[in-house]
Amino acid sequence: MRRKPSWAALEKAARERILIIDGAMGTMIQQHKPTEETYRGKRFEDWKQDVKGNNELLSLTQPDMIYDIHDAYFAAGADIAETNTFGAQVISQSDYGMQALAYEMNVESARLARKAADVWSKKTPDKTRFVAGAVGPTNRTASISPDVNDPGFRNVNFDELRAAYKEQVKGLIEGGADIILIETIFDTLNAKAAGYATLEAFDEANLELPIMISGTITDRSGRTLSGQTAEAFWYSMRHLKPFSIGLNCALGAELMRPYIADLSHVASVRISAYPNAGLPNAMGGYDETGDEMACKVDPWFADGLINIVGGCCGTTPDHISHIAEHAKKYKPRPIPEIEPKMRLSGLEPFVHG
Amino acid sequence: MTTGNAAQVFINVGERTNVTGSAKFRKLIEQNDYPAALAVARQQVEAGAQIIDINMDEGLLDSEKAMVTFLNLIASEPDIAKVPVMIDSSKWSVIEAGLKCVQGKAIVNSISMKEGEGPFLEQARKVLRYGAAVVVMAFDEQGQADTIERKVGICERAYKLLTEKVGFPPEDIIFDPNIFAVATGIEEHNGYGIAFIEAARLIKEKMPLVHISGGVSNLSFSFRGNEPVREAMHSVFLYHAIQAGMDMGIVNAGQLALYDDIPKDLRDLCEDVILNRRPDATDRLLEAAPRFKGEGGAKAKEKDLSWREKSVEERLSHALVHGITEFIEIDTEEARAKAEKPLHVIEGPLMAGMNVVGDLFGAGKMFLPQVVKSARVMKQAVAYLQPFLEAEKKASGLDQMPAAGKILMATVKGDVHDIGKNIVGVVLQCNNYEVIDLGVMVPAARILETAKKEKVDMIGLSGLITPSLDEMCFVAAEMEREGFDCPLLIGGATTSKVHTAVKISPNYERGQAVYVLDASRAVGVVSNLLSEDESRRFVAQVKSDYAKVREAHHASEARKQRITLAQARANAFKIDWENFKPVKPTFMGPRAFKNFDLAKLVPYIDWTPFFQTWELSGRYPQILTDNKVGAEAKKLFDDAQALLKRMVAEKWITASGVVGFWPANSVGDDIELYTGEPRHSKVATLHTLRQQIARDPSRNRAHTALADFIAPKETGLADYIGGFAVTAGLGEEEAIEKHIPKTDDYSRIIAKALCDRFAEAFAEAMHEKVRKELWGYAPTENLSNDDLILEKYSGIRPAPGYPAQPDHTEKKVLWTLMDVANATGIALTESFAMWPGASVSGLYFAHPESHYFGVGKIERDQVEDYARRKKWTPEDAERWLASVLNYDPKRLNAQKVA
Repeated sequence: MRRKPSWAALEKAARERILIIDGAMGTMIQQHKPTEETYRGKRFEDWKQDVKGNNELLSLTQPDMIYDIHDAYFAAGADIAETNTFGAQVISQSDYGMQALAYEMNVESARLARKAADVWSKKTPDKTRFVAGAVGPTNRTASISPDVNDPGFRNVNFDELRAAYKEQVKGLIEGGADIILIETIFDTLNAKAAGYATLEAFDEANLELPIMISGTITDRSGRTLSGQTAEAFWYSMRHLKPFSIGLNCALGAELMRPYIADLSHVASVRISAYPNAGLPNAMGGYDETGDEMACKVDPWFADGLINIVGGCCGTTPDHISHIAEHAKKYKPRPIPEIEPKMRLSGLEPFVHG
Repeated sequence: MTTGNAAQVFINVGERTNVTGSAKFRKLIEQNDYPAALAVARQQVEAGAQIIDINMDEGLLDSEKAMVTFLNLIASEPDIAKVPVMIDSSKWSVIEAGLKCVQGKAIVNSISMKEGEGPFLEQARKVLRYGAAVVVMAFDEQGQADTIERKVGICERAYKLLTEKVGFPPEDIIFDPNIFAVATGIEEHNGYGIAFIEAARLIKEKMPLVHISGGVSNLSFSFRGNEPVREAMHSVFLYHAIQAGMDMGIVNAGQLALYDDIPKDLRDLCEDVILNRRPDATDRLLEAAPRFKGEGGAKAKEKDLSWREKSVEERLSHALVHGITEFIEIDTEEARAKAEKPLHVIEGPLMAGMNVVGDLFGAGKMFLPQVVKSARVMKQAVAYLQPFLEAEKKASGLDQMPAAGKILMATVKGDVHDIGKNIVGVVLQCNNYEVIDLGVMVPAARILETAKKEKVDMIGLSGLITPSLDEMCFVAAEMEREGFDCPLLIGGATTSKVHTAVKISPNYERGQAVYVLDASRAVGVVSNLLSEDESRRFVAQVKSDYAKVREAHHASEARKQRITLAQARANAFKIDWENFKPVKPTFMGPRAFKNFDLAKLVPYIDWTPFFQTWELSGRYPQILTDNKVGAEAKKLFDDAQALLKRMVAEKWITASGVVGFWPANSVGDDIELYTGEPRHSKVATLHTLRQQIARDPSRNRAHTALADFIAPKETGLADYIGGFAVTAGLGEEEAIEKHIPKTDDYSRIIAKALCDRFAEAFAEAMHEKVRKELWGYAPTENLSNDDLILEKYSGIRPAPGYPAQPDHTEKKVLWTLMDVANATGIALTESFAMWPGASVSGLYFAHPESHYFGVGKIERDQVEDYARRKKWTPEDAERWLASVLNYDPKRLNAQKVA
């Protein structure tokens, strides 16, 4: 299969430096205080239900707003921008009755990020910028029953997820994404379906992109929402031969550290991390400043744990520029060779041999 | 106990959630009693199953639906879902339905080439995409493989397809080479047992990363109804198959006899059958079988209570080894009544029994699930003793005293075995230590967090399985990183003093890792470590002990396979001499350089080793801004700069050196130096040593000697060699005496270290001058000091006594040729060390392909050859080359005498 040409440039950049992924999209959108009208724009003036909160829709109705956010992150030093497609698949869009728009959202969102990346690649020719097509977890889980009285029940299954994700990834490829980023993984089974769908989409396009995978450890239990430890999670996703594995969201840098260290210890691929700006305050906002956050991730670089770093909820271009400033001083984590062994997992890892 | 032996890596797959293997489970599924079916799964995991097999292949069931329902239910049960599942079905549709329900990485059991390569490849691709490992049956278009050749042949074919066409990772392939029934009365079946075992051995040899599995119960099909014989057959079969490489299997561990427990005559009969050792083996076993059946079959055996008549110590040991809890409290009570203190029961008979378990496990005669059962017995015994231990503490007033120390204990992440740790905990508590027990599967982060919060005096890590060893290294490294310095205790079945010394200890230099052999030693070790008077001495002793262990270990590691000198010479480093034109140096013979300008040497100083002198690790200049040592490094560096300025300005030391060049050609492993052209008479011969390490033949690397870098005599090429000796130590002692007060050790050490740096810088500067001017083979070279440190220049300057030529006596040749003593003032001591110490000497090789290397360990054949060339006795050679011998000369000589 043909490889996307930008893959080689991405590998080269990752060998040379710690790559910077951008910060939060939602936080930046909220700064505009968008109203129902903002979301609807002209095109969906008469949409039959409320669409406020459907951030992916903004790629269609407020493309300049989204473009400017990408531009601001690239200006802050990001190497990689995430497309505005976290919930752009039919399962999440069904909340707004916008399933039919899912494909278009992916294509347009990828194009916006592509445009910004190309402008910046031209501006700074020694530093190619990349577009990661963001594939979120959806709002349903394939491993967990929504009904406590019926633990065997599921409101979504593997094949439904696979179909939704496949459409999304095809849209991202068409819009010009360089990377497929399966992120904020609460339930590894959802992510496995996304991975399966991604490979199918590559087959159909006869084009292969690097895959980045980023899970979410929800609290200090060190587990994903579906109950896996970081190491077990890696063993579940390893077959996708990803470009990187890592964690994002839920935790600030301080609390994320041990789980990043766990992954760094067992994974023979690059490690990514984009934590939140600390833990949410009583109002649900984030207080950690860019400087504070950068100082908290600095030891990760010093200890050689990291290849790709950025921010999740509550982070802004200011956070990214501080983090980028710190990352500059360090070399990326050398990728360790891990002894080939059968590495299985349930909720916990099991290594044979 | 040795680590990583066959029995320890054998994975027993739980088979109770298999409708074809368990009538009970089948009934539960048929009756839709999923809660009870889940209880079966939970019970298996609690009993130690590391993977559970799930099979719903029953004609009357909707297998797909049953598989999905059961897997979805398991997903909501963390106690069960923690282990990986094996999705077992003969129907691909059931397997695929199962794969869509598991978030973990499962095993598919199984696929095969039964229907040809097409479906096999398609299924394998999907398995990979779903992210599972796979069992492949030795089954092709012609049927199931029964002979060794067919088994191995099919597996090899499948392996090639999987790894080359599908990209399947070899370590995720499990071959099932078919276990068939033996002793059926049909002659062709007699070889089925040994065929599996031998096929397993060959498959592991040819494809070392794959795994071998099989369903063992088929083997004894002929003996249905005679459980003792079946168990014996399974146990004997596994004993041999595991050694051959079988590392996974579906076995009912609860019904597996201990290899050593099988009556000798039965064991022999079984072995005859399984290994097909004699033509009448089947008849003999059939004939004898009824004798072992006992009156009531398997039940009768359980009631064999003859062991109850033995002494209480033996009874406890028996109960532990066989996992029998029935009498444990009575026996423990009896032992307690006999003992002076309740603690003595633990330290005495119970520990002794567990040691038997450990030995059997280590010898591959007990399997992990059986060990888990033993642990349960032990726990029950300890629990029984607990109130007595408490009472004893009260009676002695110990409970009123402040704790003697606080110890955190944990079984490391990935390991669930805690029996040893629990015993240590009890013993320590009885000795008035406060123990914080974090339980099993404890991640490093939690250990360290708790240790900090609780301000513990010591951390104890335990583990039973091999991967725990790596995890312990990780914990140690994390302790180092987080600035801990408290002692770290290491214990558990697979741990060892060697592993602790070689692997764990070096990760934790700030504190000391200490191996504790068993619970009985724990108190001694802990009290030593916590005693104000004893701890320093104790730690020092451990340190020196471990250093010796490490040295011995490295020596034995290095003392590995070597090839003969002839073979090594046949694979010498090849240089294309036809296309090489040696450059002639600008002068021949020696030339002295006296009073070299110190200021000119300063830019050549490599500061990194300077910091190493002070045990500050890190590269210069980054070390100056390092988080941990930066401040200290900076201060040291500033002080050194100040002193350096004075040394240069006040000319504390004199730098002198000598350089020489000679016409030279190699003759075998020697280098001949000539008086001039034509090359008739030799002025000297330099001898070199050749690498003899046995390398992986696929890695095409030469066995190099320094002589390889000089054109051989037969090429007729006029090649050259150089030599040098430089010093920056002249006047060092006097200057230090004069300028630095005796009490200022700090400055004295800096001054000495600076002299060493000057000598190295002098050698560096002189080498550059040689390359650019004196020999002039690289006149246009333009390298920064960093490049020089990284040895980016062309040509080398190896020193006698260093890895490329470990023989120090070769310095003598240089000293004679260049009259080094008079030219520079550097003397050679009796052991060929240079005086003053701040001196460097070596040879110059100009060929661009010449490079630094280590000779490594050498064999006796080279030592004898070298002795002949140097006109030494072999004993002389062994003495001067002692550090690189790959054999123990004393032992070899003793053998000769005998």
